[in-house]
Amino acid sequence: MDLHHTANQPIGPFYHFALTPDNDAGIMAGPDAKGERVDLAIRLLDADGKPVTNGMIELWQASAAGIYNDPADPAFHGFGRLATDREGLCLFHTVKPGQVAGLNGKLQAPHINVSVYAPGLTKRVVARIYFADDPANDSDQVLGLAPEDRRQTMLARQTLEAGRWNFDLHLCGPCETVFFDI
Amino acid sequence: MQKSRLDPDNQPPYLYEPYHSTAKRAPRQPLIFLPHTLSERTGPIFADTLITEADRDLTRQGAGEPLGQRMIVEGRVVDEDGNPLPKTLVEVWQTNAAGRYRHELDDWPAPLDPNFNGCGRVLTDENGKYRFLTVKPGAYPWGNHPNAWRPAHIHFSLFGPSFVSRFITQMYFEGDPMLEYDPVFQCVPDRAKHRILAKFDLGLTEERFALGFRFDLVLRGPDATPSENGHEE
Ligand SMILES: [Fe+3]
Repeated sequence: MDLHHTANQPIGPFYHFALTPDNDAGIMAGPDAKGERVDLAIRLLDADGKPVTNGMIELWQASAAGIYNDPADPAFHGFGRLATDREGLCLFHTVKPGQVAGLNGKLQAPHINVSVYAPGLTKRVVARIYFADDPANDSDQVLGLAPEDRRQTMLARQTLEAGRWNFDLHLCGPCETVFFDI
Repeated sequence: MQKSRLDPDNQPPYLYEPYHSTAKRAPRQPLIFLPHTLSERTGPIFADTLITEADRDLTRQGAGEPLGQRMIVEGRVVDEDGNPLPKTLVEVWQTNAAGRYRHELDDWPAPLDPNFNGCGRVLTDENGKYRFLTVKPGAYPWGNHPNAWRPAHIHFSLFGPSFVSRFITQMYFEGDPMLEYDPVFQCVPDRAKHRILAKFDLGLTEERFALGFRFDLVLRGPDATPSENGHEE
């Protein structure tokens, strides 16, 4: 058998009925989940800053204790998936992740791993969302890999509404979000 | 040593001019090479209790049988070392035999089939094997350029064991004359095209029942950890 990684293809515009039939997968933390509640609004934008209305966003994150697939926190689901709406928006209900081990055993700042799919994206793009003003950001090694003037594209910002954070994800254009080669 | 994983010889570029909607969506800045941490090495686990036998039989989701050519799609999901990937969630979606999606925004006036939803899901078994029963999808027009038609295809979404292995593609049919004119298929480099073509397989074909097509998938895995190869940093 040919053992080369199979080629990626775009998701296409008509995936909703199969992958995002409702908004249930946007609720990542049940009432009993541990940690600080976060309502995370992600807006997906194109080169002109216009909303991408047929994108799909997936999140992957650790529990509040900093553990992926945390058996001690069954009310928390580390995986979330939503389609963007007519404003290019989707709203995840989750908790702030804890710190997980990174390179050379150092702890990483709290972050959420993001995959983005859309028609016109021949393969997913991968980003990370960090939380603005978290004291651990300054020493985070992955944030440190991005050019300094682009690091703000990786930060979700707290709004005046308690627990509500906003993150604009620019696929390209002057504010292009930092994407990773993983 | 940082080696790009983008693999331009085998993976499509983000920007592909003939596929027009890439122009306003393709990232232009260089991607940042990310050494794999727990964030990339872990991934969601899906319980098989959520998936029923009916989920992998797309011909039994309505009151009667859907119209079209009955078809078995079977394959193996492995990593780049050939290790089978068991318990991998495989999700598929497709048009009916007439080329129409059961989707509120699909306004192409081909008929809907009351007996066909066009989506299925299955977990791979201990050998990394999956199998669907469905009907052959149809071609459909789209707006990319004058007289543009998508060749018949089935959309595939797979998770694999880690965030790195997460993967979406489309499965086409060997010998379809429309492939040549489809920029979505053509954005894949020539040497990699055969890997997204399903092969007709007489061994999978069931007498007086359904045609068999084989479609194997290879997913990426995380890099070896430094302790495993013993020479990094
Ligand atoms: Fe399609």
